[in-house]
Amino acid sequence: MTEEAVQAAGHAAEAGGEGAFNPNALLAEHVLDQRTLEVPFLGHVHLPILHLGPYALPITRHVVMMWIAAVIVLLVSCVAARRRARVPGRLQSLVELIVVFVRDELARKSIGHHADRYVPFLLTVFFFIMTCNYLGLLPYAATATSNISVTAGLALLAFVMTQAAGIREYGVAGHAKNLIPPGLPAWLLPIMIPVELLGIFTKPFALCVRLFANMTAGHVIILSLFSIVFLLKSVMFGVFVSVPFALFINGIELLVAFLQAYIFTMLTALFIGMSAHPAH
Amino acid sequence: MEFGNSLAHLGAGIGAGLAIIGVGAGIGRLAAAAMEGSARQPQVLGEIRTTMIIAAALIEGATLFALVVCVLLALKA
Repeated sequence: MTEEAVQAAGHAAEAGGEGAFNPNALLAEHVLDQRTLEVPFLGHVHLPILHLGPYALPITRHVVMMWIAAVIVLLVSCVAARRRARVPGRLQSLVELIVVFVRDELARKSIGHHADRYVPFLLTVFFFIMTCNYLGLLPYAATATSNISVTAGLALLAFVMTQAAGIREYGVAGHAKNLIPPGLPAWLLPIMIPVELLGIFTKPFALCVRLFANMTAGHVIILSLFSIVFLLKSVMFGVFVSVPFALFINGIELLVAFLQAYIFTMLTALFIGMSAHPAH
Repeated sequence: MEFGNSLAHLGAGIGAGLAIIGVGAGIGRLAAAAMEGSARQPQVLGEIRTTMIIAAALIEGATLFALVVCVLLALKA
């Protein structure tokens, strides 16, 4: 819905001034998913459409970025884990640093015992989101996690893992009973049950929107800062205001890319822990 | 008077401003508490810093909910 609105606004404004600078079109082209890939020296390469039975699945820019991120994560993990030397080399040390961090600080602290079962999932989520976020900062690339479908998929995975953890420990009936905190006066039940039921769905939804909005906001700010230069047609403004601010926001984006991956993983670990071992 | 979508755009602008007031005040208080705590007990500075960053990211996440609503309003065609 948002995509069509932005593209409609872009086309409407394009029809206004032929050759005039159009910020809506610029934002639409860079932030939204496109069916072309921008390759240096080759311009825009049109991407194919996969036909699986009755379904037509167009390969888009964000899909290609996700594939690249997946390949990078696979390669780095496989190469780092290959030799398992007792005195690890540099890549192995670096990857081990992050793996041990996720296992000890995030998984074991939040989930308690049986935490090691969920560590592979948490590590995959962390590395994938971090790689997608950092890839988006490179020139000619797009941020896959700035697509709400991608973050919705990740949040759906987190939701499935949370429910699976609870059902594995307590069975379906037991997991449903865990919704109600013990020692609750009976008259509070009609309020608590809808609240807890809603809470099951709002937590993954918040994960989805948080990651999407953080990733999109950074790029929109940078693009808007550059658009102001063209709208004002002023070089001085560009040199003294736009470029320094855009550089500053890009620096913040470096931090935000890592931080959002960490927050997503930490909250998922927390939800799995709350599901598998409710503190009540 | 014909307003068209102007009220939606106005709402979007005011909403974004209010959201930023909220998050600025909230994260400012958070940073103040973190600084006071680490001034009292410098040895827990590392843990305070980590907790502060996590809390700031969560508060900002809530703000971005409001921002998404504002963007939806602003992009009404």
